[in-house]
Amino acid sequence: MRLFLRLLLRNRLAGFGAVVLAAIVVLALVTPLLPLHPPNATNTADRFLRPLSGAHLLGTDHLGRDLLSRLLWGTRLSLAVGFAAAVTAGLAGAAIGVVAGFFGGRTDNLTMRGIDMLMAFPYILLALAIVAVLGPGLMNALIAVAVVNIPFFARNIRGVTVGIAHREFIDAARLSGLGNAGILWSEVVPNVVPVVVIAMSTTIGWMILETAGLSFLGLGSQPPQADLGSMLGEARAALITAPHTSVVPGVMILLIVMSVNLLGDGIRDALDPRLRSGALARPMAATRVARRSVPPPSGEGLLRLDGLETQFHVGSRIFRAVNGVSLALNPGECLGLIGESGSGKSVTAMSVMGLVASPPGVITAGAVRLQGRDLIGAPYEVLRGLRGSKVAYVFQDPLSTLHPLYRIGDQLAEAIRAHAPVGRAEARARALRLLHDVRIPNPGDRADAFPHELSGGMRQRVGIAMALANDPDIIIADEPTTALDVTVQAQVLALLDDLRGSRGLAILFITHDFGVVSQLCDRVAVMYAGQVVEEGPTAEVLAAPAHPYTRRLIACVPELGAGRRALAAIPGLPPAVDDLPPGCAFAPRCDRATDACQSGEVAVSGSLHKVRCHHPEGRP
Amino acid sequence: MGGYILKRLVSAVPVLLGISLIVFVIMAMIPGDPATAILGSYATPENVERLNRYLGLDRPLWQQYLTWLGNLLQGDLGRSFALNRPVLDEVLERFSATLILAGTAFVLCALAGIVAGVVSAARQYGLADKAITFAVILGISVPSFFLGMMLILLFAVQLRWFPVSGMYAVWGGGGPGDLLHHLAMPALALSLVATGVIARLTRGAMLEVLRQDFIRTARAKGVPERRVIWGHALRVAMVSVIPVLGIQAGFVLSGAVYVEMVFQWPGVGRMLVEAILKRDILLVQGGVVFIAACYVAFNIAVDVAQGLLDPRIRT
Repeated sequence: MRLFLRLLLRNRLAGFGAVVLAAIVVLALVTPLLPLHPPNATNTADRFLRPLSGAHLLGTDHLGRDLLSRLLWGTRLSLAVGFAAAVTAGLAGAAIGVVAGFFGGRTDNLTMRGIDMLMAFPYILLALAIVAVLGPGLMNALIAVAVVNIPFFARNIRGVTVGIAHREFIDAARLSGLGNAGILWSEVVPNVVPVVVIAMSTTIGWMILETAGLSFLGLGSQPPQADLGSMLGEARAALITAPHTSVVPGVMILLIVMSVNLLGDGIRDALDPRLRSGALARPMAATRVARRSVPPPSGEGLLRLDGLETQFHVGSRIFRAVNGVSLALNPGECLGLIGESGSGKSVTAMSVMGLVASPPGVITAGAVRLQGRDLIGAPYEVLRGLRGSKVAYVFQDPLSTLHPLYRIGDQLAEAIRAHAPVGRAEARARALRLLHDVRIPNPGDRADAFPHELSGGMRQRVGIAMALANDPDIIIADEPTTALDVTVQAQVLALLDDLRGSRGLAILFITHDFGVVSQLCDRVAVMYAGQVVEEGPTAEVLAAPAHPYTRRLIACVPELGAGRRALAAIPGLPPAVDDLPPGCAFAPRCDRATDACQSGEVAVSGSLHKVRCHHPEGRP
Repeated sequence: MGGYILKRLVSAVPVLLGISLIVFVIMAMIPGDPATAILGSYATPENVERLNRYLGLDRPLWQQYLTWLGNLLQGDLGRSFALNRPVLDEVLERFSATLILAGTAFVLCALAGIVAGVVSAARQYGLADKAITFAVILGISVPSFFLGMMLILLFAVQLRWFPVSGMYAVWGGGGPGDLLHHLAMPALALSLVATGVIARLTRGAMLEVLRQDFIRTARAKGVPERRVIWGHALRVAMVSVIPVLGIQAGFVLSGAVYVEMVFQWPGVGRMLVEAILKRDILLVQGGVVFIAACYVAFNIAVDVAQGLLDPRIRT
C-alpha cells in the first residue's frame, strides 16, 4: 500500500489530477456556505452580463441568473449524480459478477450471455432507450447511465471472482463448514471490494460525462434545476452572442473529467506490475552506447571483441551482464561460447550487432571489430547494412523469433531484399533455393506456410536459411538447438557443419551443452558471470580443463554408456551480476579458492589455452 | 475463410434476436398505453380500446413480440404517429446522414489514432510521445458537444472558415464540396475522443509487440527500422487494435447524437432525441433496433478483418 501511494505520487500528472479534483470537490461541498447569489433568481434586466461585470464574477445567463452560483451548484449536482451512478452501477455489477463467477456453471453461462447481449448495444443508444421509457428527468438519466455501465462491472468482477473461487482458502472455508452465503460474505467479498473501488474510481469520469450528455440533450435535469450538462445545453442557443455562458460550464466538465482520468490512469499504472519493473519499455533499433574510450585492437581476427562491457541499467541498479570480454573469431572457424544461463554469453553475442534490448541495455566499454572496423557506436545505417549481410543471427526459439503473420517465403525474400536490389520474383526464386539448401522438402509449398504450420525442426531450418540469405561471413547462433528434440538437434547441427564447410562460414556458437561443443567447435570459450574464464582448442579444454569451473561444468555432463557415475552438481549459485564479489566471481563456489582469489582482478594466463585463475587445475 | 465468415454470420442470429427482445421488453415497460399517447388525454375510452385492438395491444406480450418480430423481418417497423410516415423510411433517410458523418469521423479517428499511437510508441518517453500522451488525455476528456461548440466559435464565428451548422447550404448548396465544407467540423468533433482511445491502445499494443523476439529477428536481418515499426510491429499490433476499432465504430455511431444536436445535422441520433421528447415510441423502437443491428454487422466485419489479418484465428 505504501509502495502504491509512492508510485502514485511519483506520477506528476496523477498528482495534478488529484489536486484539481480535490479542489473541485471541496468547492462543491462548501457551496451552500458561500455568499453566492441564489442560483435560480432570475433578473432579465441583467441578462448576458459579461464575466467580471460588477456583482457577477462570471457574468449572468439568458435569464440574468448568476453564472458562478449556477456553476457551483451545477458542479455539485453533476458530481453527486456521477458518483451515485458509479456506486449504483458498481454495486449492481459487482453483485451480478460475484454470483456468476462464484457459482459458475449454468448460472454463470446464462448471466454472461445476457451481459454480452447488453454489450452488443452501443451504450449511448441503450441509455437513450431507457430514458425513452422512463421519460426525461435527472433521476432517470442517472438510472440509465448506471444501467448501461452494469455490464462493464459485472464482466470485470466475474473475472476476478472466478480467480478467487478456485483458491485454496475457499476450499479451507468450505471444509470448516461454512455455507455458500458465508463463504461469499467472509471470503470472496473482501477480496473483490478493492477491485470494485478501483473500477468505480476510474469510471466515475465517464459517468459524469454521460449524465452531462443526457442533460445536454434535454433528457436529464429539467429546469430550473441545472447540472453542468443542462447549463451547456441551455447556453447553446446563445453560443454566438454570449459565448461565456457556454464556456463556463464546458470548461468545468472538462476539468472534472480530465482530473478524474489523470487520477484513474495514475492508479492503474501504479497497480500494473509491468510498469513498476519497467518491463514495458520498448527496445530501440540499436543498443545504446556510453563508452569513454576505445581500446586498441589486441590482435587479428575476422571478428574481434576487445574488453566488451554491456550492462543493464534498471532504475538505480546496474547489472554487469558482460564484464570485459575479449574474443577473436577467424575466417571459417567455429568458436563455441559456453556457460550457464545468466553467464552473459547471449548478451555478448547480441552486443556484436547492437541487438541488446535498450533500454535497459547499455554498452559501456570495449570494441567490436569486424575486419578491423569498430562497430560499437557506428551510425545506425552502417550497422543495419552489416546486419544480415556480413553477420547473421540464428536464434533460439524459432516459433517466437519468426514473424507469426508473414509467410516464411516472404520473410526470406524480405531478408534478401533488405540488402540486395532485386525484384520480387528474383527474391522469391532465391528464397526457394535457400529453403532447398537447408533441406526443406517441397520448398515451393512450404514457402507459403506460416511459421505456426511448421514443426520445430523445420522452423529452425527456416531460421538458418534466413541467416544464409545474404551469404554472410559470420553466423552467430544463439543456442539454436536448445528448443529442439535430440534427433532434430543432431540434424540441425549436421546442417550447420555442412554449410560451414561448403560456404566457408565462421560461426560463433552459443550453448550451455559441452556435447554440442565437442561435435562442432574448433575452439571453445567458457563464460562465468560476464567474463571469459577459459579459452582454448576444444579437444584440449575438454581433455584438460584448467579452470575449476570448467572442470566442474564438464563433470556435470552425463555420459551415455558410462555406467553409474556421480553427477557432480556445482554447489551454490552463480553470483547476481548486480552484486559481483571482488576478485574471482567463482571463488565462493570453488574448492581451490584461497584468500588471494577474493580480492583484486584475476589476470589471464597462457597464450593458446588461456585461463583466468590463480590456481588452475593440474598445477598446485 | 468463407466458412469462417459464414460461422460468424450464423452466430450473429441469436445476438440479433436477443437485441430485438431487449428492445421490445424495454419498450413494453413504458408506463401508460401508446393509444392514449397517440389519441391524447381527451380521447374517449371506446376510441382508446378500439385503437388498442387495432394495434394488437390487447393480446398477450409474447404474441405481440412475435408479430412485431415478423413485421420487423419484412422490413415493417410500424408508422411514426408524429411524422405520419413509415418508421423505416424515416430511419433510412436519417441514417444515411449519420453514416456520412460517423463514417468520416471513424476514418479520421482510425487513421489519426493509429499513426499517433505508433509514433508515440516508437519514440517512447521522447518529446513526441509526451506531446501525444498529453493530447490524448485532453482529447478523451473533452465532451464532444462542448468541443463542437468551441469549434463553432473559433472556425465558424471568428475565422469564418466553415459554416455554423447544417448538412448543406440552404441556397445553391448540395454538391460534394458543399457537403465536405459542412462535414469538417462535426466529423472532427465526433472523432476526437475515439482518436484518443485508439492512440492510447495502439501505443500500448505496439510497446508490447516491440519487445517480442521476432522484432529482434527483423532487425538482425537488416530490415530498415521504418519497416520494422510500420510493417512487422504494426501488423501484429493491429490484431489487438482492430477489436477496439469495432468498439469505437459503435461509439462514434451512437455518439453522433451529441454532434448532430450541436451542428443541426439531420441524422438518426437527433431523430431519436426528438422522438423521445415527443414520446414517438415506434420511431424510437425502430431507430434503436436499426442502429443496434448495424453495430452487430460492424462487429462481424471486425471479426472478419481480424481473421484476414491473423492466420492463426481463421481455423
